[in-house]
Amino acid sequence: MLPRPLPFAFALAVTLAAAAAQEVRAFVGARILPIDGPAVDDGVLVVRGAVIEAIGARAAVVIPAGAEVVDVAGRTLMPGLVCSHSHIGAVAGADGSGPIQPEVRALDSINPRDPGIQKAQAGGITTVNVMPGSGHLLSGQTVYLKLRDGRTVDDLLIRNADGSPAGGIKLANGTNPQRDAPFPGTRGKAAALIRAQFHRAREHQRKIAAAAGDPAKLPERNLGLEALVEALEGRRMVHHHTHRADDILTVLRLREEFGFRCVLHHVSEGGLVAAEIAAAGVPCSVIVIDAPGGKLEARNLSLDTGAVLDRAGVPVGFHTDDGITDSRLFLRSGALAVRAGMDRDRALAALTIANARMLDLEQRIGTLTPGKDADFVVLGGDPFSVYTQVLQTWVEGVKVFDLADPKDRRFAMGGYGASDDQALSLCCYGQGGQ
Amino acid sequence: MLALSLGVLFAALPQEAPPATAFAVRGAKVYPVAGAPIDDGVVLVRDGRIVQVGPAATVAVPAGMAERRAAVVTPGLIDAHATVGLTGILNVPHDQDQLDRSAAVQPELRAIDAYHARDPLVGWLRGLGVTTVHTGHAPGALVAGQTMVVKLRGRSADQDVLVPLAMVAVTLGDGGRGPGGKSPGTRAKAVAMLREQLLKAREYAAKRQREPDAAVDLGLDVLARVLAREVPLLVTAHRAHDLQAALRVADEFQLRVVLDGAAEAYTMLPEIQRAGVWVLPHPAMARTTGELANGTMELPKLLLDARVPFALQSGFEGYVPKTRVVTFEAGVAVGRGLPAAAALRALTLDAARLLGVDGRVGSLEPGKDADLALWDGDPFEYTTHCLGTVIDGVGYAEGPR
Repeated sequence: MLPRPLPFAFALAVTLAAAAAQEVRAFVGARILPIDGPAVDDGVLVVRGAVIEAIGARAAVVIPAGAEVVDVAGRTLMPGLVCSHSHIGAVAGADGSGPIQPEVRALDSINPRDPGIQKAQAGGITTVNVMPGSGHLLSGQTVYLKLRDGRTVDDLLIRNADGSPAGGIKLANGTNPQRDAPFPGTRGKAAALIRAQFHRAREHQRKIAAAAGDPAKLPERNLGLEALVEALEGRRMVHHHTHRADDILTVLRLREEFGFRCVLHHVSEGGLVAAEIAAAGVPCSVIVIDAPGGKLEARNLSLDTGAVLDRAGVPVGFHTDDGITDSRLFLRSGALAVRAGMDRDRALAALTIANARMLDLEQRIGTLTPGKDADFVVLGGDPFSVYTQVLQTWVEGVKVFDLADPKDRRFAMGGYGASDDQALSLCCYGQGGQ
Repeated sequence: MLALSLGVLFAALPQEAPPATAFAVRGAKVYPVAGAPIDDGVVLVRDGRIVQVGPAATVAVPAGMAERRAAVVTPGLIDAHATVGLTGILNVPHDQDQLDRSAAVQPELRAIDAYHARDPLVGWLRGLGVTTVHTGHAPGALVAGQTMVVKLRGRSADQDVLVPLAMVAVTLGDGGRGPGGKSPGTRAKAVAMLREQLLKAREYAAKRQREPDAAVDLGLDVLARVLAREVPLLVTAHRAHDLQAALRVADEFQLRVVLDGAAEAYTMLPEIQRAGVWVLPHPAMARTTGELANGTMELPKLLLDARVPFALQSGFEGYVPKTRVVTFEAGVAVGRGLPAAAALRALTLDAARLLGVDGRVGSLEPGKDADLALWDGDPFEYTTHCLGTVIDGVGYAEGPR
């Protein structure tokens, strides 16, 4: 099942990784937006290998001897963007056989050569929650990816402490999962189906607990229920698609009943129930769309949802929902929220650390903090200006996008072949058609 | 603070109030488009028309005249191709009137019989500075129907229309294939059907000239006007070979053709430039899937560099956003190399010329309709607000948006 890398390519990858581990770079002169603190003008960011070593004003940071000094004067540096809801990588999840398929994993569908990954890098995105769609009540397990230049999906995975791939589970309510049986035809039926499923998971959880580690007493393996037990125990985040105010409240009701940890996604009418969401303490991953409508549930979609939820005390992030919005323009989602009244610093956090928290990755990513992964973007100017370009994207100390490179530039702007599957940089034979 | 300034601006003009007989709009920067930008400029409006434009020092504002202020004043923006008013906000069959799929060729379908002036998306666009749209039948059939030019006053098609028959919408390529195995099933069949229809229209026109009492065929009647170069074909096509087919048919029948979408136009800029046709590049943020896979956000800039005339559009969307916003699309094109001045011109005077309404709209000049957009900064910047619009001297305030 696991792809077997060609020996020479594997050796090359190891060599590059080792080199990256030893390299020390100091990015000097930029305006740095660390997100966990105030902006630093004429700042220095020191990266050792894959990790941020130091950050601060030029006078306050000692550049290590032997460091490669990168002049980024006049640029703006900020953490790599974190997208909490995307469909890049040609992701697929559950099939048409039923509305609830928790055993299906998004990671088994990812095409690491999908150009959406390169385009996301061009937009400054370094970490992404890739989800299956919303046409099911439960469409499968999501996968959190670092947008490294990789040859296999394994190269892109983020690992939990136990070595398992990090990810959540995708649920949806409202009209998208409604169709002919066995899918639900109404909202009431949808909630009943998913409640019954969580009760089965509880039963499975109880049997596992009762076995007390005795393999003879363990229940039969059940991939779907195992994933839901992880959700019940808070080890797997529930990422819940929901638009209308009443559907949002239904999610909160289910969460109250079963105690899973949950992020509300899209929340087109979130502003109407901001107080209830805030009281529940549930974060929202908000979509920013240029106009309301297009589906009944998005009739009241508003550009100020992020601002309203933020002011109500709800943790707010934004997402691309790529291909609904374009990963290359993710910063724009924050900018339009600012246009609609959101505080600038809160909007920057909503593109970075707030999303990292929704993925339980806030210890590793989301701010420019010593000890965190060296994931950052170099911008031509203010992150919320239409005139600003993403110039470079770095993941774990490795540059994965450079606007000055014609091949990368084609992903950023578009052009002939920009949407074809890509031969990746570590691949030695696929240069045709570039 | 914004709400306050908005109140000051529009307190005298409740929505849909009858035109104030006369008022002044003063901008720290006024872009007449027909001339150089004016610092601290004034636009004097009387009875729905612009009467004077110039620096505040040279324009005498009569004592007591209402004055509205904004950081930036531009002509009301023109969306050179949309489907708003035919593609309603709900996106259910009852409010989608952009495409009838019963036949491949239906040039007789009029936009004015379908345009819903009070759809909420009409107000949405107006709230973002758009005052005139070219809208109508959408891509999806070989000949889907007609388009119109309409002011976004939100009253009715009949009251707000500027040009009832603007263009006839043609789709080539995958988007023009017939549903369920119906013709056209291939590119070559589509072009053959279009050419046959144009030949029929030529015979029809000749017959009607010989016999004024000959039976009227609504579709051929419209295509006869296309052959007479009164009405252009709006050809939606993205692949280069489809664009070439459009130019080939235009050349054969000596038609006026406007290329719509044109994702791969950058591969044949000299040919397009030589043909002298206008291009409506796809929205900069259009999804690069299907026939737009090779699309680039730089297309408007590339057209400008190649001296191909163009205007900007919001286009057609089948899902969300149900309408794009040409203001936003222009902004992204500006962020990808299109000079702001060229973008503003494409959104105003150039679009007006393409649509044949430059005698009425598209620039701030005495005698033209008082169609203005008021902004608190650079209209193309993400964080700038549209403070309101004026159409025919009527102020509209959708809230700072």
